[in-house]
Amino acid sequence: MSDLNDLYQEVILDHNRRPRNFHALAGASHSAEGYNPLCGDRLTLYLKVVGDRIEDVSFEGAGCAISKASASMMTDALKGRTIDEANALFARFHAMVTTPPDQPVEDLGKLSSLAGVREFPVRVKCASLAWHTLKAAMSNERRASTE
Amino acid sequence: MKAAAPLATLSNTEWVQRVRADFPILERTVRGRPLVYLDNAATTQKPKAVLDAMATYYTTINANVHRGVHELSERATEAYEASRDRVRRFVNAASTHEIVFTRNATEAINLVAYCYARPRLGPGDEILISAIEHHSNIVPWQIVCEAAGARLKVVPVNDEGELALEDFQALMTARTKLVAVTHMSNALGTIPPVREIVKAAHERGIAVLVDASQAAYHMPIDVRALDCDFLVATGHKLYGPTGIGFLYGREAHLEAMPPFMGGGDMIASVSFERSTWNVLPYKFEAGTPHIAGAIVLATALDYIESLGFEAIGAHERDLLDYGTALLDAIDGVRIIGRARHKASILSFVMDGVHPHDIGTIVDRDGVAIRTGHHCAQPVMERFGVPATARASMAMYNTREEIDVLGRALERVRTVFA
Repeated sequence: MSDLNDLYQEVILDHNRRPRNFHALAGASHSAEGYNPLCGDRLTLYLKVVGDRIEDVSFEGAGCAISKASASMMTDALKGRTIDEANALFARFHAMVTTPPDQPVEDLGKLSSLAGVREFPVRVKCASLAWHTLKAAMSNERRASTE
Repeated sequence: MKAAAPLATLSNTEWVQRVRADFPILERTVRGRPLVYLDNAATTQKPKAVLDAMATYYTTINANVHRGVHELSERATEAYEASRDRVRRFVNAASTHEIVFTRNATEAINLVAYCYARPRLGPGDEILISAIEHHSNIVPWQIVCEAAGARLKVVPVNDEGELALEDFQALMTARTKLVAVTHMSNALGTIPPVREIVKAAHERGIAVLVDASQAAYHMPIDVRALDCDFLVATGHKLYGPTGIGFLYGREAHLEAMPPFMGGGDMIASVSFERSTWNVLPYKFEAGTPHIAGAIVLATALDYIESLGFEAIGAHERDLLDYGTALLDAIDGVRIIGRARHKASILSFVMDGVHPHDIGTIVDRDGVAIRTGHHCAQPVMERFGVPATARASMAMYNTREEIDVLGRALERVRTVFA
């Protein structure tokens, strides 16, 4: 069951139980909805961008532990970053969750706790949903879907 | 295939062990554990007789049907038409003219939507469905209603997951052209009062389509007793192959309907000025059909009837009662769908745990269940859940397998404690 413990690490369970930045955002400049049709996970992401910097970020929605924890950790990681930095982090996160499980991945701090999804191919979409929604929000698209 | 002795002379355990021996896949392990397959509402496993029949077809009589004068084509045609008669007997239709082979139940519903409903629908007309339909019995009606300016009306479901005859009666109007209703809900297991619904519809001159996809492998289907106008089912839930399903349609309706798709086999004659249509049921079978699938479907139906729905139903009833009691005893687990008349489906949610996480964790114990909206998003919305976990049983499942599910759910609880 070690891979199960890898997937449901304590930090993930904690963010699932007590998601951070889990609310609507008054004065948001950007928002988008993310949807995973496979499991019905849905989230709305809000960004408050001032200049080229993400001053605040939050999310709402319902989903599995992996998608909720991923969204929660992502919002923590994004606060104060520039749009360019957020795009770069998206690329690094995407590379991490799509690297084959037998290969080493870059250390992304807390976000690395989600590397366990690589053992569960159908769950990669759960971990990526928030990030795809971020992309959609930053490019002013209303919707992101994992399909 | 062994002819299993009737349940009356075998204990429940012996009976199911004999059935299990007919299904090679049940011997495999998943992640080092014995496979516990509880996703039968999505598709059932195949008995050896079916697997062998598929190989026999391709190794002995493979040829196109209704074409050649050569031996193989004649043999393939014979077997294909014999299978149509097998399906006819399975649903107790009067004539093989009333049995149309399709890819699946979805295609059969679309055929009725486009060829029966669409030409009859005008602005302001209505089609009536229920709140517990599978997407395949919602979306085709939405499409033809939108094209015709007609309305799709929906019979509500109560908190137990039941449909009331009175609600159907209340929503049938002079504008209602068709009622489409499930014989058994794939998301909740509910068995609606279909016979009574048909009767009420016919009193008002309304035709009824019955979606028997889920019901057909749990209980006998009798289109003449139901008196329905159309009935659809799919082979892969009947322990047969994927890619083959069928439509039963009352001969007078099918006769009056235009073809669904054009192509080979569905024509009587073709010229560039005008083509004429073949007789029933070939008018609705354009192109080379899934010949092997149709022929092997007959083997699957033979297999089911060799066991008999009496024995199958009694065993599955025991599993449902056992599983219901087991889930009810787990803290924080709530069963969605408690209809008095239901079969073989346990849809449930667990406090604080998303169904998707349940599915991943129990899979590690070799347990296959479905998690998600089960192609029934309106049902999820009605019961206020984004998704459910669903354990669906078939004739080869055992109480011991339900126990494995129960222990796996305890592990879920531990992970999320």
